[in-house]
Amino acid sequence: MTTAAKPSKLIKGATGDWEIVVGMEIHAQITSHSKLFSSASTSFGGDPNSHVTLVDAAMPGMLPVINEECVKQAIRTGLGLKAKINHRSVFDRKNYFYPDLPQGYQISQFKDPIVGEGEVIVDVSASEQIIVGVERLHLEQDAGKSLHDQSPTESFVDLNRSGVALMEIVSRPDIRSAEEARAYVTKLRTILRYLGTCDGNMEEGSLRADVNVSVRRPGEPLGTRCEIKNVNSIRFIGQAVDVEARRQIAIIEDGGKIDQETRLFDPGKGETRSMRSKEEAHDYRYFPDPDLLPLEFDQAYVDELAKGLPELPDDKRARFIAEYGLPPYDAGVLVMERESADYFEAVARGRDAKMAANWVINELFGRLNKEGKTIATSPVSAQQLGTIVDLISAGTISGKLAKDLFEIVWSEGGDPNVIVEERGMKQVTDTGAIEKAVDEIIAANPEKVEQAKAKPTMLGWFVGQVMKQTGGKANPEAVNTLLKQKLGI
Amino acid sequence: MSVDQATVRRIAHLARIAVRDEEVPHLQEELNAILSFVEELSAVDVSGVEPMTSVIPMSLPLRKDEVSGHAGADVVTRNAPGAEDHFFTVPKVVE
Amino acid sequence: MMSDLTKFTLAEARDAVASKKISSLELTRAHIDAIEKARGLNAFVLETPDKALDMAKASDARIASGTAGPLEGLPLGIKDLYATEGVHMQACSHILDGFRPPYESTVTSQLWRDGAVMLGKLNMDEFAMGSSNETSYYGPVASPWLPPGWDETKGRAALKGDKKGLLVPGGSSGGSSSAVAAHLCLAATATDTGGSIRQPAAFTGTVGIKPTYGRCSRWGVAAFASSLDQAGPIARTVRDSAIMLRSMAGYDAKDSTSVNAPVPDYEKAVGASIKGKKIGIPKEYRIDGMPAEIEALWQQGIEWLRAAGAEIVDISLPHTKTALPAYYIVAPAEASSNLARYDGVRYGLRVPGKDISSMYENTRAEGFGREVRRRIMIGTYVLSAGYYDAYYVRAQKIRTLIKRDFELAYQDGIDAILTPATPSAAFGIGEKGSSDPVEMYLNDVFTVTVNMAGLPGLAVPGGLSASGLPLGLQLIGRPFEEETLFSVAEVIEQAAGRISLPQAWW
Ligand SMILES: [Mg+2]
Ligand SMILES: [Zn+2]
Repeated sequence: MTTAAKPSKLIKGATGDWEIVVGMEIHAQITSHSKLFSSASTSFGGDPNSHVTLVDAAMPGMLPVINEECVKQAIRTGLGLKAKINHRSVFDRKNYFYPDLPQGYQISQFKDPIVGEGEVIVDVSASEQIIVGVERLHLEQDAGKSLHDQSPTESFVDLNRSGVALMEIVSRPDIRSAEEARAYVTKLRTILRYLGTCDGNMEEGSLRADVNVSVRRPGEPLGTRCEIKNVNSIRFIGQAVDVEARRQIAIIEDGGKIDQETRLFDPGKGETRSMRSKEEAHDYRYFPDPDLLPLEFDQAYVDELAKGLPELPDDKRARFIAEYGLPPYDAGVLVMERESADYFEAVARGRDAKMAANWVINELFGRLNKEGKTIATSPVSAQQLGTIVDLISAGTISGKLAKDLFEIVWSEGGDPNVIVEERGMKQVTDTGAIEKAVDEIIAANPEKVEQAKAKPTMLGWFVGQVMKQTGGKANPEAVNTLLKQKLGI
Repeated sequence: MSVDQATVRRIAHLARIAVRDEEVPHLQEELNAILSFVEELSAVDVSGVEPMTSVIPMSLPLRKDEVSGHAGADVVTRNAPGAEDHFFTVPKVVE
Repeated sequence: MMSDLTKFTLAEARDAVASKKISSLELTRAHIDAIEKARGLNAFVLETPDKALDMAKASDARIASGTAGPLEGLPLGIKDLYATEGVHMQACSHILDGFRPPYESTVTSQLWRDGAVMLGKLNMDEFAMGSSNETSYYGPVASPWLPPGWDETKGRAALKGDKKGLLVPGGSSGGSSSAVAAHLCLAATATDTGGSIRQPAAFTGTVGIKPTYGRCSRWGVAAFASSLDQAGPIARTVRDSAIMLRSMAGYDAKDSTSVNAPVPDYEKAVGASIKGKKIGIPKEYRIDGMPAEIEALWQQGIEWLRAAGAEIVDISLPHTKTALPAYYIVAPAEASSNLARYDGVRYGLRVPGKDISSMYENTRAEGFGREVRRRIMIGTYVLSAGYYDAYYVRAQKIRTLIKRDFELAYQDGIDAILTPATPSAAFGIGEKGSSDPVEMYLNDVFTVTVNMAGLPGLAVPGGLSASGLPLGLQLIGRPFEEETLFSVAEVIEQAAGRISLPQAWW
């Protein structure tokens, strides 16, 4: 990277400013029924060693056969990252010994990955966008799982995950802060979920990040990096970048040197520590797996997959801005999840799109967040919310009553039209009834009337009283007009 | 090219094969005999030649994404020198 | 009817069983007896007589009901490299101590599908690494051929002792070649990575074919060097080997390198005319120091084929010399990785250590024999950082050149290539390779080229050496044209006259 450091991203050390440089390797579990090279189930959990075929257990003479769906998912993802799709790629063996690596090697792609260079457009904030380069995406096998806390003397090995298909997505070191790192992973996750190529479930380990962090003085060449392995939440990614950068700055400012090493982020202690097991110098002895031939396909194969791709978040966002006139920020929020965007469009179609966006973002998302629910489990359907928006637009209910109505639909369900009818929530636009209420309140509060004449902001108090008396059903505009008239303000 | 004794030890460790001190000189000799035997290859002109990746010209066959063939945890762990509750057990690994 | 049922060829036994002249049970019993009497040869590492008798009875029942398969009731030996469900499989290595695979290899399952009977598991070089069957954890196998000048008494005494001086049956499929030559089974499965079918066949006066890479499934056969390994049979006649290959070959979706092409009825090619076939004679196989009798054998082979109407063409395969050294980079490299799974975790031997790493190191040091450890180390070295390009990549480039040599010859219309199978007749147990491993490797000088190029290769007896030991000729074919090899080999077999195998002295 030769671009100049952005001053706003620099952090202060004792001896001056520092720039953080981050690159990431994301391991994304491919959405598929069976594993990359075996027909074992990929489903999460399961009794130990129950999702294991003879191939996964690396029995003598067992051979890998690739799952076509995983190949397609990698290509789809590559297309989603606007990346170069390599029509010929090669599977290599990465050789090392570890008890949860039954073959003694991981089948991965080293020299010739299936996907080459691409990019991710990342919204860091409402006003800032960056582009993070993707160096490559390759297919590889996941390892099994070792449990170290079951016995004082032994580790327990479960091969259920062994052989599950992963996409390793390697970014360029284009990230300059913890915030950017979080935003990058968030965006990448959004893209993967849109494509349906990875469920992005970080708690279950479907998405893990190896975070490479280094620091340098602005304008200087890249510093020595440390790799923080397997960070499994977006929040932790941000924390890990910050604490690791601070650690490195402190060492350098003390006259020390950074050792290139693999570290682990401990969220409890808020620190990174060196990984003992990875300390030893590795020599992976990569070479093409002789059990597999080169993976080859033509452009027509890629084109067919491209045809089946959904509209991706960046395109959707642009369309929401153009088609619905939404502010870019709102559009960005709505497209974060494909389900949210679909929901919004179902509400907005043929209606006041800005009002629809407001209701979806402020009322619905707010409520879903509070209750720990998602769009998929929302008690209020897009059709119901659309009807509420219709009732507001038609002047049938006031904005205030609409919120009550939303609450009723949320907790009890039902057709908003019927609820409004049955519970008499319709807005009163009959000026006679409103006038009666206005007159009564003016008559009962002579002092307030005097005050209001001197200080017109008192009007709000009168509006409130009228609304109270009419059970909130009075048309606020009519109330305002009448009050102003009668109070002479 | 030939290997020294430190290399013999490094290679043995990479391959996870214990070697006793007294074996090292002998191993070194054997490995060097093989290396000198293959040395003649350095004289072959290989410029512009693609390394072979598959001896039979065919492309990688693709499998359908279907689940089948779970061996069962009993069968998977039956031959294991160490197993408990369907887990394989190994000397404790320190991370 | 023949008095000794073990003297049948596979084809004769097949016909006798099919026409109910003999039962599979009788045939199987005769072989079980022969095996018991031949324990001194050490060809079998596991005998499965009960299983064999059960299978034979089932075969007889199928024959009675008219549902017999092409190998119905024929007793065979299986190399210990093949997984046999519930039955010992150790690749003749200590590291697979006690392993009983819960699965059956594709090739053997096809043999059982076709009705064959399993007599037991055959000795071999550990993980198929060797050319003399001396690296087996179960000890060396003796050839049924007595060394020149030995009488039976001397032979029997040696069998009881350390077998020193007796002849090797070749390797790595030495149990297979010895058992077939000694009439302990009608035929046997074998595997060939650098010559492990053809060299033992040549040493014991039997016929062996390594088919085209991809012709037989590798699924369930412990891997030595994946890009070179192929299954194939060793049998007593060309026809028998053709019958065996038809059952062993075939597409297998579980092996990504398996080729989806129909399997011909190879037996039909046996006896077909070779008139007009162009047989290439590669000048590069005339190596320095080649014994005169090997040269003479080769010349004799040429004459036989010419007499049968073939056209003899001198050809050049210029990269022949590079094949053996390149093989000793590629094969150990793949082996070092293929054998990483033997780590004491999921099956086989475990030797404890103070931590996980020393458990691995102790297990693998004790579990693997010397030759295997040596090859793993060489393979690890040539793949390691800084050496990969100089060794492995270069060797794979040379492989491309070796294959191109053959392609050019075949483009010029050559149908098959005739060479000697080995640079010498069988040598004695304990005679070679003890100080210099390369001495043993030179055995494969004529056979490895075929593996490096993925081609089919067949070894057929051509005659006897001056000292009365069998010598083999090798035929190399075009990819997937095994039929040509069977036709040409039959001509040699007919011309040479079926070799008379040793009478039991053991
Ligand atoms: Mg990585
Ligand atoms: Zn990875």
